[in-house]
Amino acid sequence: MWTIAGEGIHPIHEKKLTSSIAVEDLKLPDKVVIPLSQHIGAPCEPLVKIGDHVKKYQKIGEPKGFVSAPVHASISGKVIAIGRFSHPSGNQSQSIVIESDGKDEPIDGLAEHRDYLNLDPKELKDIIVNAGIVGMGGATFPTHVKLSPPKEKKIDVVILNGAECEPYLTADDRLMTEMPGEVAEGMKILMHIMGVKEGYIGIEDDKPGAIEAIRKAIAGTSIRLITVEKKYPQGAEKQLIKSVLGKEVPSGGLPMDIGVIVQNVGTAVAIYNAVRYGIPLIERIVTVTGHGIKRPGNFRVRIGTLLEHVITECGGLVGDPGKIIFGGPMMGIAQYTLHVPVLKGTSGVLVMPKEEVLLEDFRACIRCGRCVQACPIRLLPNMYSVLAEAEKPKEAEKYYVLDCIECGCCTYVCPSGRPIVHQIRYIKAEMRKAKNKVA
Amino acid sequence: MAEQAVAEKEEKRRRLEEPTPKLVLTSSPHALGEDSIERVMWSVVLSLLPATLVGLYFFGWDAFQVIVISIASALGAEALYQKISGHKNTIKDGSAAVTGLLLALTLPPASPWWLSIIGGFFAIIIVKQLYGGLGYNPFNPALMSRVFLLIAFPLQMTQWPVPHPLFSGIDARTGATPLGELQVARLMGKGIGKAAELNLWDAFIGNIGGSIGEVSALALLIGGAYLLYKQYISWHIPVSMIGTVLVFSGIFWMINPEKYVNPMFHLLTGGLIIGAFFMATDMVTCPVTLKGQLLFGFGCGLITIIIRMWGGYPEGVSFAIVLMNIATPMIDIYLRPTRYGARKAEVKS
Repeated sequence: MWTIAGEGIHPIHEKKLTSSIAVEDLKLPDKVVIPLSQHIGAPCEPLVKIGDHVKKYQKIGEPKGFVSAPVHASISGKVIAIGRFSHPSGNQSQSIVIESDGKDEPIDGLAEHRDYLNLDPKELKDIIVNAGIVGMGGATFPTHVKLSPPKEKKIDVVILNGAECEPYLTADDRLMTEMPGEVAEGMKILMHIMGVKEGYIGIEDDKPGAIEAIRKAIAGTSIRLITVEKKYPQGAEKQLIKSVLGKEVPSGGLPMDIGVIVQNVGTAVAIYNAVRYGIPLIERIVTVTGHGIKRPGNFRVRIGTLLEHVITECGGLVGDPGKIIFGGPMMGIAQYTLHVPVLKGTSGVLVMPKEEVLLEDFRACIRCGRCVQACPIRLLPNMYSVLAEAEKPKEAEKYYVLDCIECGCCTYVCPSGRPIVHQIRYIKAEMRKAKNKVA
Repeated sequence: MAEQAVAEKEEKRRRLEEPTPKLVLTSSPHALGEDSIERVMWSVVLSLLPATLVGLYFFGWDAFQVIVISIASALGAEALYQKISGHKNTIKDGSAAVTGLLLALTLPPASPWWLSIIGGFFAIIIVKQLYGGLGYNPFNPALMSRVFLLIAFPLQMTQWPVPHPLFSGIDARTGATPLGELQVARLMGKGIGKAAELNLWDAFIGNIGGSIGEVSALALLIGGAYLLYKQYISWHIPVSMIGTVLVFSGIFWMINPEKYVNPMFHLLTGGLIIGAFFMATDMVTCPVTLKGQLLFGFGCGLITIIIRMWGGYPEGVSFAIVLMNIATPMIDIYLRPTRYGARKAEVKS
C-alpha cells in the first residue's frame, strides 16, 4: 500500500453525505462578488468601471505581477460596485460586483485548439495565465508560476493530486468520476508543457468510482494511477509526494527542488477547458455538505456566488448553524457572514450544526505524545503548544515550527483539547513580527 | 460613483441589520477526536482491574483495605489541595484515582492503613500538585511515593503475606518474596538459593508473595494488551524494558547458572511487568517520542537488573523508573523524530 507510513490520522470521514451525488449546476445568482485577489500573490487591477456591461468570460481584473492571476466575469451583467467586500479569508478585499442581466451571455471568439498537444509549451502557458488558473485544491497558487521553475530546476515528474483527504469533501471525487477524460487530457497538457514522461495520479482508496474511471481514461497512456491509503493528510502536497515517489521535499524547499510538480485534479480540468475551448476559470465544483444543510450535494458554482445564495439553493439550514466553513473541517476557514463569495479555491462549504460545535476550555498537556506520533512532518507539536502558552514563541523556532503545514492532526488527537494549530499560528505570527522589526 | 456608494451602503446595512446567524469563529481544525483525559485515565483504571481482582483473590480483606484507603487518600489529597489553593477540582478526570490505585497495587498486602494515607498524600501533594498538577510532574507520583515509603518505613514495606486464596481456609502468614529470597541467598554467598525452585506457573498466575498488584503476570498482560489495543501506550517501553532485563539476565545466567537465576524468574517475579506496562509508560513522565521511549525503556531495564543482581535492595523497578523519569526531558530534546525533509547536515541537531 502506498501511504505515509506511521504518520497522520484517521479522522471522521463523512463523505457518504455527498459522494454518490452527481454534480449539478447551481442556479445562477442574481449577483456575484468577484474579489480581485483569489490567489496567493499580488491582487489584480480592475479593468472595468462601475456601470460597464460585461459578458461571461470577460477579463475584468488584470494581474499586477508575475505571481498573480487575472479574474473574469462569471456571469453577464452590469458592474454595480467596485470596493471592499467581505472575503472568505476573514478580511475585506477589493472586489467587483456584477448584477446579472439574466442572459448568461458569453464573449465571442473563444480560441479553440483541437490539436493542443502540438502547441508550443510557451503558448500553452500563456493560455493558462490568461485563463486565470490557480491551484484549485485550496492553496490557490497561480498555476503558471508553478509551471515555470527556474532553469536549473529540472522537472521529471508531474503528480496529479486526487487524494482529497479532507473529511466531508467529495468535489474531486465527483470530478474524477464524471470527467476522467478531461482529467487525463489536462494531465497530458501538463506533461507536455513540462516535457516529462513520468506522470502519476494519486487517489485515496476510499474512491472506487473515481479510481475505476481514471483507470479507464488513462489506459494506453504513460500516466500511472497510484492508489494511496485513506489517511489524513495524504493529499497534502509533501505527503503525496512521499507516498507516490518515496521521496521527501527538503525542509523549507519546494517540490521542484526534487524535480516534482504537483497539481490538483480540478486544476487539470481547468487547464484542459482553457486550452481546448478557450474557457477561463469562472466556475468550479463545490461540495456543499454537513449535517446543518438541508440538501447536501456537489455543485458547479460560478466564482463570486455568495454563500447566502448557495445555502438557499441547497434548501437552507437545518436548525441553528454552529460553524460554516469554506473548505473541509481540518483546514477550512470558518466564516462570520453569509455574504462571502465562492472563490477559485473553494472546494467545499461545510455547515456544522450548533450541536457539533463544542467550545470547551483546553487543559494541561499530559504529554501523551499522540500529537508527536500523528504529525506528518514529524515535529513536536506538544512543545509548540506549551511554549505558546508560556508566551515563549522564540524558543519554538529551535524546534522548526516553520516546517508545520497546519494540517490539524495534532489538535484532532489531543485528549486535552489543546488548540495546538492555533498556538502554532500565534508563534508564526510572533516570529514574523519580530523579523519585521529587525528588517 | 453614486451607484457604488449605494451598493456599499447596502452591503453595510445587510451586515448590520440582517439576521445573520450567530456563527462560531475559531481557527482550524474544526473537527476534533473523541479522546479526553477522562477517557484515557479511566481506561487505565479499567486495564488495572484484572490485576486488582487477582490481588484481592490472593490477599483478601487486607488487600481490599489497602486499595480503598489508597484511592480515597489520593482523591482526598487532590480535593483538599485544590480547595486550599483555590484551583479547580479535578478529581473527576481520573488521574488521582489512577495514582491511588497504582500506589495500592505496589504496596504489600498487609501494610498498615496509615501507610496508604501517607502514600496517597505524598504522591498527590508532594510529587504531583506542588510541581503544578497533572502534566507538570516530572516523576510518576505513585512510584515516587512508593520509593519514599520504602525508604522511610522499611519494616512495614517488607512484610509479605503468603498468598491465601479466598475461601481456601489457609490462614495469612508472612513469608518472603522470590526476589527477597534471592537477595538473602546472594548476600549470604549461597548463589541463587531456593530461587531455582520457583514454580513458574504460580508466578505467572500470581500465586506468589509480592505487592498486591504485581504478582499476576497474566492479569497484568491482559491489562497491558488492552492499553496497547486502545493505543494509550505503545509497545516501545514495555518491549525495550522487559527485553533489556531478559537479555542481561540471560547473558549472566548462561555464563554462570549457579550464581544467576534464569531470565524467566526475573520476568515473572517482582514488579517488572506492572512497571513496564503501567508505570514506565505513564504519559506525563515518559518521553513523547518513540525513539526516546526505546531508550527510556532500555534505561529502566538496565537499572532494574543492576539493582536486582548487585544492589542493596531485592527489587529495582521503582528506582529504575523514577531515575529514568529524571532523564525524560533530555531524551525528548535529543531523540526527536527526524522531521520530514530534514537536510542531512541538520539531522543530528
